[in-house]
Amino acid sequence: MNVLNFVNAFFGDSAHWHGYDGIPHRLLEHVQYSLTALGIAAAIGLPVGLVTGHTGRGGNALALVATAARALPSFGLLVLMFVLLGLGLLPVMIPLVVLAVPPILVTTYEAVRSVDPSPVDAARGMGMTEPRILLRVEVPVALPLILSGLRSAAIQIVSTATIAAYVSLGGLGRYIVDGLYQRDYEKVVGGATLVAVLALVTLTVFWAVTRVAVSPGVRRSA
Amino acid sequence: MTGFFDIPSDLQHSWLGLIGLHLREALLPVLAGLVAALPIAQLCARFRWLYPPVLGVTTVLYAVPSLAFFVVLIDYTGQTELTVMIPLAVYSLVVLVPAIVDGVRSVSQETLAAATAMGFGPLRRYLQVQLPIAVPAILAGLRVATVSSISLVSVGALIGNQGALGNLLADAMFYHRPVLAVNSVVTTAVLAILVDALLVLVRLVLTPWMPPGARPKRKAAARPEPAAVAGEEAAR
Repeated sequence: MNVLNFVNAFFGDSAHWHGYDGIPHRLLEHVQYSLTALGIAAAIGLPVGLVTGHTGRGGNALALVATAARALPSFGLLVLMFVLLGLGLLPVMIPLVVLAVPPILVTTYEAVRSVDPSPVDAARGMGMTEPRILLRVEVPVALPLILSGLRSAAIQIVSTATIAAYVSLGGLGRYIVDGLYQRDYEKVVGGATLVAVLALVTLTVFWAVTRVAVSPGVRRSA
Repeated sequence: MTGFFDIPSDLQHSWLGLIGLHLREALLPVLAGLVAALPIAQLCARFRWLYPPVLGVTTVLYAVPSLAFFVVLIDYTGQTELTVMIPLAVYSLVVLVPAIVDGVRSVSQETLAAATAMGFGPLRRYLQVQLPIAVPAILAGLRVATVSSISLVSVGALIGNQGALGNLLADAMFYHRPVLAVNSVVTTAVLAILVDALLVLVRLVLTPWMPPGARPKRKAAARPEPAAVAGEEAAR
């Protein structure tokens, strides 16, 4: 197993464990970029998705936006923004957010819209105001699906932030891109392993959040 | 926008040549994924216990970033087109399996019983009843797989100019010609939209019984629809 030997060598080398180009620092950078982008995307996608899902209007417009955004190649957008705007965090954040908003937006819309109408009617009959219906009835029921949208967005961000190393960003992609240029395959494979592990950790975190946050009643009926 | 179609000679392709290359690198894997997904999905639909573990494995596979996938494969297949196409085939497979399983499962028992009563054997029933009824779901998955595949080919530029239109991005940086990056993004996006539209057309032709624009009715339950959800994981 060639690749496993490379992985072993990469993680066994103590030089990879400290300093500016060390694994902890690169990992921290990667997580920072990812969380920032996810936060911005959620701040845009969640409210819009919740409101449109609640009123049931604008579904076609959302589908159009999602299709268009999906057709945009994220790597291409990344390089384009870098070429146009130069070095910095902004040219990287734009493609990451553009990438992450559609899954959050569309999944949230679909989740809220597909909530069983009878509890919503019951809540309305009990005299709950519309914002309370949305927050107390629709969101808890729609939560599993909303979280799955956030999970998709997070995983896409983690993997695209890797590619962002190509345009001089830090993060775990540095190992892959630098390794390819330096013909240091050990570094490349080490970086790839780290990124894959980070993606799987993201998956696990969302699984755990879903376990904790989703009410047992909703989980049973799902 | 001068020099929009002036492709640097180091790419050894014209603009149309790059488009052809891009389509080949994007569509062959989807086709391979479809061919592999059909039997797997059929097994999952037949043996229900098989589906949850398969779904788990595919979710994990899908989470692996494309760049990581590419570079690990370099050791086995070198810096070639194949290295780009294998991960894309895997991603397509991952999107298509749940889509097909959902589609095949959505065929009602009455329909199946009617087919059996008409004397259809299992194979004919599968080919002539189950698959046609599952076409909308399968094509929904196929659309997602194709569009994401077209977008992902560009990343191949990172592993030694195997990204077809994505190679323009690298050249845009080497030669400081932003117009090449614009060309790459616009062409890729238009290509994705055109292929997507083509697949919608295919669905309309294959399902003459469905009114155009109708969407399969969603269940009210809070069950995540794997195809719809996986669809949102696509454009990396």
